[in-house]
Parts: sequence; C-alpha cells; structure tokens
Amino acid sequence: MKPIAPKPMPRRFHQASWDEPVIFELSQPGARGVLVPEVETGIQQEVGDVAAKLPASLRRKTPPALPELSQIHVLRHYARLSQENLGVDLNIDIGQGTCTMKYSPKVNDQLARSHKLADLHPLQDESTVQGILEVAYRLEQFLKEISGMERFSLQPGAGSAAIYANVSMVRAYHASRGEGAQRDEVITTIFSHPSNAACAKVAGYKVITIYPDADGYPDLAALKAAVSERTAALFITNPEDTGIFNAKIQEFVQAVHDVGGLAVYDQANANGILGITRARDAGFDLCHFNLHKTFSTPHGCGGPGAGASGVSPALVPFLPKPTVEFDGEKYYLKDDLPQSVGKTRPWYGVAQNILKAYAWVMSLGADGLREVAEIAVLNNNYLLNKVLEIRGASMPYAKGKRRIEQVRYSWEQLTEETGVHSEEMEIRMVDFGTHYWTSHHPYVVPEPMTLEPTESYSRADLDEYIAILKQVAGEAYTDPEVIRSAPHNSTVHQNHHEPFDNPDEWAVTWRAYQRKTLKQSGK
Amino acid sequence: MSQRGQPIVYPYIPNSVPTAKAEMLKAVNAQSVDEFYADIPDAIRFKGKLNLPEPLLSEAELVRHIEGLLGKNISARERLSFLGAGCWQHHVPAVCDEINSRGEFLTAYAGDPYEDHGRFQALFEYESMMGELLNMDVVNVPNYDGFQAAGTALLMAGRITGRPQALLCGTISADKLSKIRDYVQPHLEVVLLGYEPASGLLSLADLKAKISDQTAAVFFENPSYLGFLETQAAEIAELAHANGALCVVSVDPISLGMVNPPAEYGGDIVCGDIQPLGMHMWYGGGHAGFIASRDEEKFVLEFPSRLFGVTSTRVEGEYGFGDVAYERTSFAVREEGKEWVGTAAALWGITAGVYLALMGPQGMAEIGERIMQRAEYALRKLKQVPGVKVRFDGIHFKEFVVDFNGTGQTVAEIHKKMLEKGIFGGKDLSKEFPELGQCALYAVTEIHSQADLDRLAATLQEALK
Repeated sequence: MKPIAPKPMPRRFHQASWDEPVIFELSQPGARGVLVPEVETGIQQEVGDVAAKLPASLRRKTPPALPELSQIHVLRHYARLSQENLGVDLNIDIGQGTCTMKYSPKVNDQLARSHKLADLHPLQDESTVQGILEVAYRLEQFLKEISGMERFSLQPGAGSAAIYANVSMVRAYHASRGEGAQRDEVITTIFSHPSNAACAKVAGYKVITIYPDADGYPDLAALKAAVSERTAALFITNPEDTGIFNAKIQEFVQAVHDVGGLAVYDQANANGILGITRARDAGFDLCHFNLHKTFSTPHGCGGPGAGASGVSPALVPFLPKPTVEFDGEKYYLKDDLPQSVGKTRPWYGVAQNILKAYAWVMSLGADGLREVAEIAVLNNNYLLNKVLEIRGASMPYAKGKRRIEQVRYSWEQLTEETGVHSEEMEIRMVDFGTHYWTSHHPYVVPEPMTLEPTESYSRADLDEYIAILKQVAGEAYTDPEVIRSAPHNSTVHQNHHEPFDNPDEWAVTWRAYQRKTLKQSGK
Repeated sequence: MSQRGQPIVYPYIPNSVPTAKAEMLKAVNAQSVDEFYADIPDAIRFKGKLNLPEPLLSEAELVRHIEGLLGKNISARERLSFLGAGCWQHHVPAVCDEINSRGEFLTAYAGDPYEDHGRFQALFEYESMMGELLNMDVVNVPNYDGFQAAGTALLMAGRITGRPQALLCGTISADKLSKIRDYVQPHLEVVLLGYEPASGLLSLADLKAKISDQTAAVFFENPSYLGFLETQAAEIAELAHANGALCVVSVDPISLGMVNPPAEYGGDIVCGDIQPLGMHMWYGGGHAGFIASRDEEKFVLEFPSRLFGVTSTRVEGEYGFGDVAYERTSFAVREEGKEWVGTAAALWGITAGVYLALMGPQGMAEIGERIMQRAEYALRKLKQVPGVKVRFDGIHFKEFVVDFNGTGQTVAEIHKKMLEKGIFGGKDLSKEFPELGQCALYAVTEIHSQADLDRLAATLQEALK
C-alpha cells in the first residue's frame, strides 16, 4: 500500500446530519419510555379513586398530547441531536469570546454525579450535609483570597444573576443610609456585558453608558462628567470585552467613591488576571465571578452555571441569605441577617458547580491559577499576531499594545474590500468544525469578531484555528458566494429568518407551528 | 515547581510544557508574560503568592480528597426522606442523566443555529412538550428557577396591563416571596391575600376587597406551597379578568397529567419550576424556571428569555431553528430590552424534554394520579397517629401539612428522633408560618412505597411516645 496522504489544513469536516424529525413525528401510539411504579393494592384499597375527589374544573380531561416512544427511540433521538452540537469537548472552542470556553475536567463532572451530592435535599439536617457545606465554605475562602474581598455569596445561579444580586445589594446599601431615592443612576461601559445595564434597569435605575475614548479605554473624562450625588454605582468589566486592561481603573473607582457611589466589578473576564491583580486592591466594593467561565464548570448549553458575588466589609450585611459559616467544629447556614437582600434563588446555589469549581482550584493551587492566567494571555497574544497577518483583519484601539485574554477584532477592511460581512463569515466557519462569535450589540467595533483562546489550547490548536480563519477570509476575496451560501457541511442549511419576527408565522412550539402552517396551507 | 524541582506540567494546560511555553514566547517576541500585563499599574499588581492550599496535582489524590468530603454527606437515597417544599425527590430516569452528561451538550454554550442545531432542536422540543403539558403555545427556554419565573411572570403582567400592583396568595413560601419582593419592587407593589384558616384556600372575600383597577396580576399556586389544590382557581381567574387584571398561576408540572393546566381555567401566564421533570435535587442545584402564555404578540414581546422557534431552510424538508423576536432581549438592546437574559439552565430544559418524551401522555397521567394516591395514603396513616392531625382539609397533590400541636412536642424535637431512626421528616413550618404553631410540610412522591409510608407512621408513633 502507498503511504496514505497527510491530513490537509484546514481539515475536511462534516457535521453530523441525521435529518432528524421533530420528536412528535416519531410517536408510536401506545409506546412507553419508562413506567411508573404501580400503587400497591393496600394503598389502592385504602384511598380508592382519588381522581374522583377533584372538582371538574381541576380534572384534566384528556392526557397531554406528548409523543409516545420506546426508551431506545428517545435515547437515539437525543443522542443524534447531541451529535449535531459542538461543545468544548469537540471543537477548538476559542471563538466564543467573553465566555472563557476552557476545558471542564471530566473527573469533576464524575465526582459531582455522586448520589452524595445529586440526591441531597437542601433542607436536610445540617449534620447530614457537612461535606457540601465544607466545600462551599472553602470555595468562599479561595474566592476571597483571589479577589481580596471580605465575603462571598455562592447563591446566584450564574453571571447575570450575580450582577443582579450585586445591584440589589447596592440598592439596599444606599437605602440603609437614607440615600435610596437620591441615588437613582447606575453607570456602566459599552464594553461591559449588557446585563450590567439591563439588571440595573430592572432594579429601578436609570442607566448611563460610557463609550471608549479614541484608544479604546473607558473614557475617564466621560465618567467624571457623569458621576454625581445621583450615582448609585459603577458596574464595569476589566479587562473589557476588547481585552484591553483599563490602566486608570483606580481613578475610575475613586471618581465614583468621591461622590458616594459604589464600584462594582464584573469579573467575567478574570481568566487572564488570576493571581495578577485583585478586585479589592483596586478599591472595588463588590465583584462577581462566573464559576462556569473562569473556574471551569461546564457551560451546559447555557446553564446551569454558577455565580459568586463578593463584597467589601461595608456590604457584608446585605449579602443574600443564608451565608455558610464554620464555628470551628461544624459548618452551618446562617439565616439571621436582618439587612440581607434576601433570596436571589432557591436555597444556596448550584451545588454541583460549586463542587466542580472547588475541585478545579484544588487541582491547580496558587501556582496553577497563575499558570492559567499567564498561558491564557500568552495564547491570546500569539493568536492576535497570527490574526493580524490575515488580510482584512484588524484590532481596533490601543495600537501597538498587547492584550490580556481576548480581543475584539474587526473585519471592516475585509468588508470594504469584498462586501462580505463578519456575520456571514461566522456561518462559513461552521463548515470547518468550529465557529466564532461577533460581539454583543450594538456593534461598536464594526464587523466584529471576538476570540478568547484560554489556557486550554495548544499551539497546534491555535494554528489550526488560524488556518480556518485564513481560509474563510481568503474566500471572501476569491469566492464570496461560497461564504454567502454557507453552511455547506453543517447539519442544516441557512434558515429563512422572516418567520422569527412575524407574529403570524413565528412558532415557539410544535403545536403553534401546526396551527399556523395548517392555516396557511388552507387546511 | 514539583517536589523534584521540575516545572509542573498541568494536564489541563497544554502550553504549560516548558518548551512549548518558551517557543510561544519567542513566537510573540516577548521576554516574559509580564509584557502582556504592561497596562496593569504596579500599585494594583498582586505581589505575593495567593494563599491557597497546596494543590492535589494528580487525579488520584483529587478524587480521594473530594470523595472524602462528599463522604461526610448522607443522601436522601441512604435514608427515607419526606422533604419537599419546592425541591423534590422524584425518580430520575437513567436516560435523562445519560443525555445531559453527553459532552456535546454538557460543554456547549451559545453557538449559533448551525453548529448547535442539536441544542436548538432539543430546546424547541422541550418548549413544545411543555406546551402540550400546559396547553399553551408559548414556553420559554428555561430561566434560572421557579422563583425567577414567578418574578418575571409578574413583571410581564405589569408591563402588559400597565398597572402597578400584584396580589399574591398568602400561603406562598417565605423564600419565594423574598425573591419576588426583591425582584419586582421598583415596578410593582406586592400585596398578600389572606387564606381560609380551615382549608388554606385563597380568601375570595379578601381578593374582592383588594382587587381594583390598579391590579396587574392575581397570583396563586396550584398546588399551593402547602400542598393543597386551589379548588377556586376558575373563580379567582374570573375575578381577575372582571377587573382587567391577568391571572398568573404557578404550577408543579409533574401534577399536570392529572390536574387541569391553568389555561383551562383562565390562567393567562403560567410559571413554575421543572426540577421534578428529570432533575436530581443537587442540594438545590437542579432548578430551572418556565414561563408560558398564549401566542399573542402582546404576551410574546414581554418575555425576557430566549424563545426558540422553528423555520424552513434553503433546503426543502429541513427544519431550522432560531430566536423568535430577538430584538426584545437585553442581548439585542441592553437596558432597553425586557428585563435581562443570560446563562440560566438550558441543560435542564433539554433534560425535562427527555423526561416528558420518556413519560408520554400515559406516564404523566399515571404519575400524577399515583403520587396523589400515595400522598393520600400517607396522610391517612399519619392522621391515625395519636396527637397528630393534618391541617387544611382540602385535596392534596403530593404534599400536606402535618400538625404536631397536639403532641406536646416541637417539630424539631420530633424530627430529631426520627432522624436517629433514619427518616428525614418534612420541612418544619414553625418559623415560616408561626400562625400554624408546630406544623411540618411532608412530601410524598412515586418513590415512596407503601412499606415506606407505613414505616413513617410507625416511626412517628414511636417518636411521640
């Protein structure tokens, strides 16, 4: 046999494409996927027909029109759908900038599946949950050390929930000082996550958004013009989603403190600065981490994640309740917190992710966390050099400067030269077994692309990703139609988008789809 | 450095290999990683080494350590538990765990409809199956939990009606009420309604007295937090509608094969938590919220959550999926969107879809009825224990309030003795509902056998001696 030809770069990829029906179409009348335990005759004889007790208005007339499938058909359907999905386990997942798509260690998932965690009820006697309380307590100590803050609550369900918990604490703090009504403004920056603005609005605040200066740094002069006795807080990310570290961050904090406001640090982008710089050292009053980003817990197709809200001493009384405490012998939940903002979610947090984050820190230690940060930043700076070699790509702002852990690039030049847009290239990337994300809206950076390579990828991974980007950018110049008609090697082809925004056509459920399409086809 | 003085190669960090790291630095023309941090002022550079425990570098050591910690827990599987109160021990079918453990789903995030077609289809199917359970055409991609779902459902009602007040059933849990108050306070005044002392049902007299043209929503739970079914549901909805308010109902989805969904008695927005549908309890980590409504533009445009919809593609015969009415979200328009959206609990949505597909119409009808039978049996057995009563004389789904006031002992004392016998008693209500005195909320599900329930009654009788 002749030697088999080496692998091309980029690789020849095709996504699984099972042409899978919607599950209702797989229904076979009478089939069962799992059975429910029969009630014993002793119970039957004792209680009789309980259904007869229900008043007519509360008795369901016809069973729900769910599909009927044997177990293997349910399994096969969902196994096929899973193959039509790309997680970190499968792709070089550096294209989902701001989301820190790092490796989620399998051992941590496996440990969390123990019935000693999965089957714990949150109201069990404290003597029966000492293990998980100890884990939560110890993780809090780690986060305190990593951020310099005084206390943490691990209760928020994810990052935006932690932002909301923080804005709620800001509101309670000012109210406790009689300044609740006066301080009705929250300031944020356009390169901070949109939830900073949106959560503040829900909490009743007017939102002021600061745009970057010419170099891409948050504009200090604009902040100074915006702060006043009406300022409740500044909610800011650093480094921002551009990967640029705001060197004047202490001045930002000071400007807010000078008018009696609080400084709140969205640490969604903490991966590049673990052990390098800390929230409290820059003067922040509150911060939050996303345990599903920086601390490796899996993203779960969009949750459950886990959020951790940290506070300075002045804000401790307002933390969500309960807190987890240790009296030297046993761990316990403390509920007696009269100034607390109360509950942010049921119980105490996403316990399985608290365990996974704890295990991740324990597997790395202080040196390991620093290695995470340094390699994440090294990978990013390697990647950006390579991206900037691609025709049509640029990195707006702060010319000649390095970046921290991610970059928001621009394809503006490519678009000007070819007419191809970043959102079109994004779809073409899928044909090579990966993807990228443009940016949050509004697109302040024109034709954006946000890449965050984290510590989880090797040089070969980064080179492969670059080869794909180069291929797609090259096609924009040589064969734009192949981009515009993409995807070609995905599960499906381009959607017709109009129905999504047309109330007569949109269908959020199969029943709505059937009703609307049958109506349209005149049946 | 390792103990032998070699640089540590971290298995999760490919470029921690010293030669790889050196080559990378060379490739970017940097002497050291410090150059990348040039923008960070010296004043806020952390100089020392973080004070963290020595790492457990090998997987074997890590497993041993974590298992040691988890070993201090005693799970509800190792004992007989009657705890509920918003988090329940239902059976989790193996296929649910199998699907949500698959790396393709577990480690994906927010890709677009082309590389993540599977996630979009699975969540569309979840919405669709919930739609059948609820008899409603619009169901969201899950938000965090039932508390959040209730808070958002109320804010939606406020925006739809333009009114500033919500009336809530008085038997709501303290925790859920805390979350709702915190969440809606700038937008809605929360007013609690009284309940009938004998039945626990919502006081219609109090509702009639308090409802007005300021009322955005009348909110109740069915079954209630305290376990009984709100049999006046249709009358409450009618009163709400007669006053121009919306009827918002929180339900336990596992009851709905048996109990009528709110759409059939006048519910306009329905919300709740899907933890019973295939999620373990996870010490409170198994929650995800749902919100459902009719397919009317004025409702749909007020959802803050993602709504995945179906469409055609360029190829005949293909289903495509994507975001419906995306411009309403904070992802699209920041603070101008409806509330906010972020990472919530999508994996649990996929899992609940698997659960509903496994159960089918027959399974959901059976589980609803059989849970009710088991709960009724438990209630009757406990009533026979001297000194023990059951509060609220209505129809119960899976939970009921056990009244220990006649025993001369506190719930805490009784439960301590039961714990020694291997039973986790229900939630102690004495702090949350002081007006009930020494009462506890007991939960019974399909996992409890007749022998378990007989054992509960016998152990309780023993504990009260």
